[in-house]
Amino acid sequence: MPELEVKGKKLTLDEDGFLQDWEEWDEEVAEALAKDTRFSPAPIELTEDHWKIVRYLRDYFVKYGVAPPIRLLVKQMKKDFGKEKGTLEYLYQLFPQGPAKDGCRIAGLPKPTGCV
Amino acid sequence: MEEQPEVVKIEQKFPSWRDMLKPVTEKDFKHGFYHYPILKRDAEYLKDYIPFGTRDWDPLDKDWKLPEDWKERFLNAFKDKLEKYRPFKLYMDICVRCGACADKCHYYLGTGDPKNMPVARAELLRSIYRRYFTKSGRIFKEWAGARELTEDVVKELYYYLYQCSLCRRCSAFCPYGIDTAEIVWRGREILNSIGVTHRFTPISIAACARTGNHLGLLPGGMAGALQSAAEDIAEITGVEIEVPINKKGAEVLFVAPSGDYFATPHWFGFMGYIMFFHEIGLDYTWSTYAGEGGNFGTFQSYELAKLLNQKIYHEAERLGVKWIIGGECGHMWRDKHQFMATMNYPLPSTLEDPVNPITGTYFENAAESKMVHIAEFVADVIKHKKVKLDKSRNDHWKVTFHDSCNPARAMGLFEEPRYVIQSCCNYFYEMPEHTIREKTYCCGSGGGNLTEEVMDLRMRGGMPRALALKEVVKKHGVNFMCTICAQDKAAFPILMEYWKLPVEIGAMMELVGNALIMKDEEQERTLDLRGNPLKRGEE
Repeated sequence: MPELEVKGKKLTLDEDGFLQDWEEWDEEVAEALAKDTRFSPAPIELTEDHWKIVRYLRDYFVKYGVAPPIRLLVKQMKKDFGKEKGTLEYLYQLFPQGPAKDGCRIAGLPKPTGCV
Repeated sequence: MEEQPEVVKIEQKFPSWRDMLKPVTEKDFKHGFYHYPILKRDAEYLKDYIPFGTRDWDPLDKDWKLPEDWKERFLNAFKDKLEKYRPFKLYMDICVRCGACADKCHYYLGTGDPKNMPVARAELLRSIYRRYFTKSGRIFKEWAGARELTEDVVKELYYYLYQCSLCRRCSAFCPYGIDTAEIVWRGREILNSIGVTHRFTPISIAACARTGNHLGLLPGGMAGALQSAAEDIAEITGVEIEVPINKKGAEVLFVAPSGDYFATPHWFGFMGYIMFFHEIGLDYTWSTYAGEGGNFGTFQSYELAKLLNQKIYHEAERLGVKWIIGGECGHMWRDKHQFMATMNYPLPSTLEDPVNPITGTYFENAAESKMVHIAEFVADVIKHKKVKLDKSRNDHWKVTFHDSCNPARAMGLFEEPRYVIQSCCNYFYEMPEHTIREKTYCCGSGGGNLTEEVMDLRMRGGMPRALALKEVVKKHGVNFMCTICAQDKAAFPILMEYWKLPVEIGAMMELVGNALIMKDEEQERTLDLRGNPLKRGEE
């Protein structure tokens, strides 16, 4: 299994770069996950907009035990960023591999499974 | 310069029958084709069903760290299945290897790997059956097509039993009616007994055993999704709907696959359900416990299927409903239609034979399981003219219908969805005859293959369907493929991207939701459920 070293601590990832234990996550881990090019073609520089989404994913997950539906996420973005930027296209600009693969990975959430 | 597409090569090989007996091992496992092993967390959770799953192993390792007495356990499990499941024993005996199934498998067509022929997939187990359970095999060994059970054989079984989507297209063509899905299930069960299982389905099985649905959605999340869908409906139609959740004493319990609560394009069908039930004034309820129609246990073993299945009847009894409607889910219907009633016998006495309160129709076919398919129900309501539909609201779609494997082959549900779709849109075109109805091709991602690591296999397995679709795209300009399975809805958008087809995927209930004229609607609708502007009467 791949590993990620943050502050001298080794964290275990799964084969696709998702954190094995979601409780090990903090903001520095998120930075490290975003910069990890083993699982994404280019490193992602986390801006304030990225953080808003990451925090929303995180809060929703802690509350409901699963990542939010994409449509709820986009609705939230409309609230946070306004109509112009509250779109799926902008979401993909922020997270090129998509909210599940990049968004959830950086937010330390497990990959959503089932018929989705 | 435009980027050149990568060419997908299909290498065909024709080995001799003796070569076919040589196992494919970890050295030849290909990325994109083999599954990751079960997670320790899920193995711990399911240890009564899948023992030895918590050990450290990887399919690419030489040593799989099987339990010491694995061979004995394997053969005992095999013997047990032969005694318990008569069809399994029959299928082990009767195949004459005529090869009628060979080129009917979408995975064989897409990969060219001879061991992906359904007959060869079954031979993997049959060769062991002959060696240990028949006289001729014991005496003549290889010359009778028998082989020793070794670790390499276990590796091969793992590799190929998880390259089957249990779609049963092959059995539709088998002159004996051999059901390869049955064989693969039993094979996976036998592998479970020695702790050899893949990762994808146990994650969902564990989540489902814990929360009642595959995604692990908690009640608040489910209620939130329903509420959010109702908000979307209000935005588009102006109709405010209060969605009934866990309502005791309702007449009908509605069970959808959990993907519908979560993913797109499932979502638009999800809105369709809510709109339709509201419009006809059905006394029904959603449930946050029985919030999953699908059953990944079916992909693993009978016992796991039963474990996940019973919640629906429990919940029906608790809420005191009379009967149950099931949503647009695929394998759910093999399960519900063929096993459910006997798996959970006797049924709760509170349940009654399904009678549609709107039309008075008695669903004789569902009298045993008390579960009616949404397409049957909607078709019945439309046939009796109890709803008004405006076909022109779907004029921006040129629609084709993909028969999802299980509703088609396990239920024979061909006409109802077509009737519903044709009542809701003006432009409907069928794909070539040998790729629809009981001969329908799989999406390539069913049966526990809906996972990233086998993407190559999935895209190749989806090739026959993509080619059939391409035909109607060229001929009729089809831009919408309707399907009644949640896995299809998750798998096809990726497949469309891969095979470069400009087609949107959607639910039957999305088309119904679009066409449905609601009583409380005051203004003419301008948007479809996706938020796209309507184009009435435009060619």
